[in-house]
Amino acid sequence: MRYLLLLHRTADDLPAPGTPEADRLLAEYGASVAAMAEAGVLIDCAPLSATSSATTVRVRDGAAILTDGPAAELHEQVGGYALIECANLDEALGWAARSPAARDASVEVRPVVEVRSR
Amino acid sequence: MATVTRLVGDLDVAEEAVQEACAVALTRWPVDGPPANPRAWLVAVARRRAIDRLRRDALRTGKELAAVRAVDVEATAVGSGDDQLGLLFLCCHPALDPAVRVALTLRAVAGLTTARIAALFLLPEATVAKRLVRAKQKIREARIPFDLPAGARAARVGDVLRVITLVFTDGHVAGLPSPDASARREVAIGLARALHGLLPEDEEGAGLLALLLLTDARRPGATGPGGEPVLLEDQDRARWDRDRIVEGLVLLDGALRRGRPGPYQLWAAIAACHSSAPTAAATDWRRIVGLYDALGRVEPSPVVAANRAVAVAMVDGPAAGLALLDPLVEHPQLRSWPPLHLARADLYRRLGRSGEAIAAYRCALALQPSAPEQAFITGRIRSLAG
Repeated sequence: MRYLLLLHRTADDLPAPGTPEADRLLAEYGASVAAMAEAGVLIDCAPLSATSSATTVRVRDGAAILTDGPAAELHEQVGGYALIECANLDEALGWAARSPAARDASVEVRPVVEVRSR
Repeated sequence: MATVTRLVGDLDVAEEAVQEACAVALTRWPVDGPPANPRAWLVAVARRRAIDRLRRDALRTGKELAAVRAVDVEATAVGSGDDQLGLLFLCCHPALDPAVRVALTLRAVAGLTTARIAALFLLPEATVAKRLVRAKQKIREARIPFDLPAGARAARVGDVLRVITLVFTDGHVAGLPSPDASARREVAIGLARALHGLLPEDEEGAGLLALLLLTDARRPGATGPGGEPVLLEDQDRARWDRDRIVEGLVLLDGALRRGRPGPYQLWAAIAACHSSAPTAAATDWRRIVGLYDALGRVEPSPVVAANRAVAVAMVDGPAAGLALLDPLVEHPQLRSWPPLHLARADLYRRLGRSGEAIAAYRCALALQPSAPEQAFITGRIRSLAG
């Protein structure tokens, strides 16, 4: 069964690129991804660019309304994702707990609905 | 029920299948005679019906049929204790909301109807029904497994203990005993007995059962003739349940001998100090302070600190207790906790500082406690003002 791990971060806490903190964080994320790949559970993953680069689209009464920024201004925002294949929720939770995002902010674990095309 | 859930992997489908199997048994067994192994028969019939149902669902929705374990059904008769434990662990899974865990455990493990659960918690039946639907949906959609992951047992036992405690106390630590809690407490004690029976070696499980027995033993003395709450120091101890006190003490003693005094054993030991004291004056408050010291080391919390302060007041006098309690008033977790203000009021009262006592009683009243508690508090204010 597939699970989408939504890796959150608190809005302002990314260390500047090139600093030791940034390098450490990159290494931690890298290790967590490598572990999932080695275990054969990783299907896909990627970091997302900052929420300042987001645009939100809403169509109301046939008109498209654009907002500069994420859908909701929350303290925590999605910073990346990992799509994994696991036998059950406990396995998925185990992988989520090992992501640095779980320690620094939160990871939402969502089962992916399996839709069979007919 | 537990075994079929494990075999089929879906709590909802298992429940339906077991009910159908029982219905078949009720019509067939009186006619054909009961089978040699009734339990295995029920499991086999339920399992077949569950598989049929899952196949029909799979065809209809196009989803893959969830793996159903092929197993020697005769052999499952042996695993029943493990299955019951597994079902209990499943119902208390931390991915489920605590209120949902409570409802599901009472339904699937204690076998209570939705109506009964609602009555025990003074909730609308629709609320409980919704929680149960949520629980089963979450288990199915997120695929919460029946089996424990490696190394998770100790933590999950902790989750079970917390659920049973919630059933007993209804989610808050009551400052004063509530008269209509008895049925719920009996259900909690039943669950604690079941857990202890399934895991006799677990000292915290024994600790919880001891705690519930020792606390509940005082129930007959905890309410007056009009249903009003009676303070511990004023209770008629002859009305306490001797048998439960003895049972609790024996259990606690056995648990403590294992040398791992976890929080439930410590809370039980404190309850034992109260329940085994022949009179309020004979209560070993020094020992209680020591036990709260130990609790503060293994499971510190503002509630523990507040309770310890009350015990310190009994040993070193009200002023010493107040010195520890007053700083806790600002604590976010305790500010809206009536027992804190009641304890402060009582200590001020004993020091003769009526003005501050009344103010503290008013704080407790402002938090809108239950009607019997309100009556008690206004009575106290009146006697101080007069």
